[in-house]
Amino acid sequence: MRNEGLAGRGSGNWRSRLINPVLDKEFRLRMRTARSMWTMFAYLFAIGLMALCAIYLTQELGSSSASFNPERSRILFYFLSFAQLGLITFMAPGLTAGVISGEREKQTLNLLLTTQQSSTTIILSKLVSSLGFMVLIVVSTIPVYSMVFLYGGISPSQLFQVFIYYFFMMIMLGSLGILFSTLFKRTMISVIVTYGVTLFIYVGTLLIFYVALSVTGNAANNAVNPAVYNWIGHILAWNPGVALYTILDPSAAGQIYEIYNRGQQASQKPVFQLWHEFMIIYALISAGALWLSIVKLRPRLKRRNK
Amino acid sequence: MTHTTTEMEQVIEPAETPMIEIRGLTKSFGTFQALKSIDLTIAKGTVFGFVGPNGAGKSTTMSILATLMAPSSGYAKVDGFDVTEYPAEVRKRIGYMPDFFGVYDQFKTLEYMHFYGASYGIPKQEREQLIPQLLELVNLSDKKEAYVDTLSRGMKQRLCLARCLVHDPDLLILDEPASGLDPRARIEMREILRELKAMGKTIIISSHILPELAEMVDEIGVIEHGQMIAKGNVADIQNRMRVKRILSIRLIDRAEEAEHWLREQPFVNRVLRDERGIHVHYSGHDEEQANLLQQMIGAGYKLISFSEGQTNLEDIFLEITKGGEAIS
Repeated sequence: MRNEGLAGRGSGNWRSRLINPVLDKEFRLRMRTARSMWTMFAYLFAIGLMALCAIYLTQELGSSSASFNPERSRILFYFLSFAQLGLITFMAPGLTAGVISGEREKQTLNLLLTTQQSSTTIILSKLVSSLGFMVLIVVSTIPVYSMVFLYGGISPSQLFQVFIYYFFMMIMLGSLGILFSTLFKRTMISVIVTYGVTLFIYVGTLLIFYVALSVTGNAANNAVNPAVYNWIGHILAWNPGVALYTILDPSAAGQIYEIYNRGQQASQKPVFQLWHEFMIIYALISAGALWLSIVKLRPRLKRRNK
Repeated sequence: MTHTTTEMEQVIEPAETPMIEIRGLTKSFGTFQALKSIDLTIAKGTVFGFVGPNGAGKSTTMSILATLMAPSSGYAKVDGFDVTEYPAEVRKRIGYMPDFFGVYDQFKTLEYMHFYGASYGIPKQEREQLIPQLLELVNLSDKKEAYVDTLSRGMKQRLCLARCLVHDPDLLILDEPASGLDPRARIEMREILRELKAMGKTIIISSHILPELAEMVDEIGVIEHGQMIAKGNVADIQNRMRVKRILSIRLIDRAEEAEHWLREQPFVNRVLRDERGIHVHYSGHDEEQANLLQQMIGAGYKLISFSEGQTNLEDIFLEITKGGEAIS
């Protein structure tokens, strides 16, 4: 019964190189439950409903004479993009915050940890499988987005950028979810903490921005030329909503960095787009979260004292 | 199911490395000391029974051996590999079955086995030959297409045991493998373990069915309050213990009175009473035993039976752990 071929795993087999056993298991088990189907149904229903509401409102509130109105299309696109961001923000922690703690609660984690699968493989497979499902859902909303092309006003490259941003957000929120799932034994606590941190990223960063603005505002009022670069704008680079807005409206970044610029063109083009800065910050945070998850998954086996 | 280690290799091996070597192993959880300097050596091919009450430290020791927990001090080696320094090497050599475990309910039995086989790096072609053999070993061949969710507890236990064997480990660490099983499932589990013993596996097993496994366990270790209070060959420990024989006595009446009377008699180490009668741990010889019977009758007790039973591991365990004193 001796298996000599431990090292011979997947030799020449592309599938076994791309899909390791943990990933294979995750894909199979995730897509085998009715829950996945209902999640996708609920998501598409929600985004479809929002799109219909947005079309109705823009038709009702807008000028009825204009049958072709790119501005209306842009508003619809903005609305759908933010709605999608909201849904991703709601979904990603829910899909990832229980992946490790759930295994621990089901008492399957210890069995998995005694196999030859490395901590890195386990954590990354969990992330990729969750991402795979989220990507499936988000890609399935593309037909809804196609509505904005009926009216024009949005370039495919802009749509592409927005979807890249969504993918990044899934990785970011997924990494945080997996980190807390690894750190906390109970899924309930992990989910609460993940949503709490997510809420802070959205609301807390805005509050910090406004507090910083009000603290420094009085001094700046006396400035000779207020429309100059100010570091406070960088606080908004921590906020996903603002980052999305700067993708949709690239000229906004310059105004944000020059925070006292009231609706004028920015005096100089920013070195970084705000969403670039956002991605750099959160790419580092995500990498840190994944690294910590990998380190904390297995107990630290101390070297014995000799 | 043959081992690649040939007899020739075994002969030329200068001094065989023990399968398990534990020295001064301690584990603390805050102020609570779960293990207090455990020493243990288990030779290859040995079936070792790990006995102790709940919370004694059995599962902690086994978790350390399974690389799931770091010791506070001391060391544990599996086949010469320190569990803290070479965990990957240790994992290749062990099959671990925890006392409580879960299964992926959405998997079919065959998929479950393939998942763990793949997780141990066994190529698919090899798995397809191996897994049916393992399912046959644990009598689950007819359930290979069944969802794990639909299996009984006993079947899940056997499936978990088959999972432990998928990478052909040299050492099986089985933590209470028969807990919660009905008598029939226990017998099936015992038969499988007997087959594994015949295959030459080293097995460390903690179980409530240890008395039933007495004939297949080569050595036992008794642990209590984190200390190994007795270890060695079953017969040796039995000889070292004061327990020589168990006397089973049934009376028409006055059983409670007789229980107290017996406690006062010489060579009586322990008296237990249940619905089946009075059980006396007796260290006297035949003559003293005959005298005891005579005195009982003389004292006016109406005896239905006075018989001598055999001591088993449970009796030894009870005898050892009653005082908590170490037996060297």
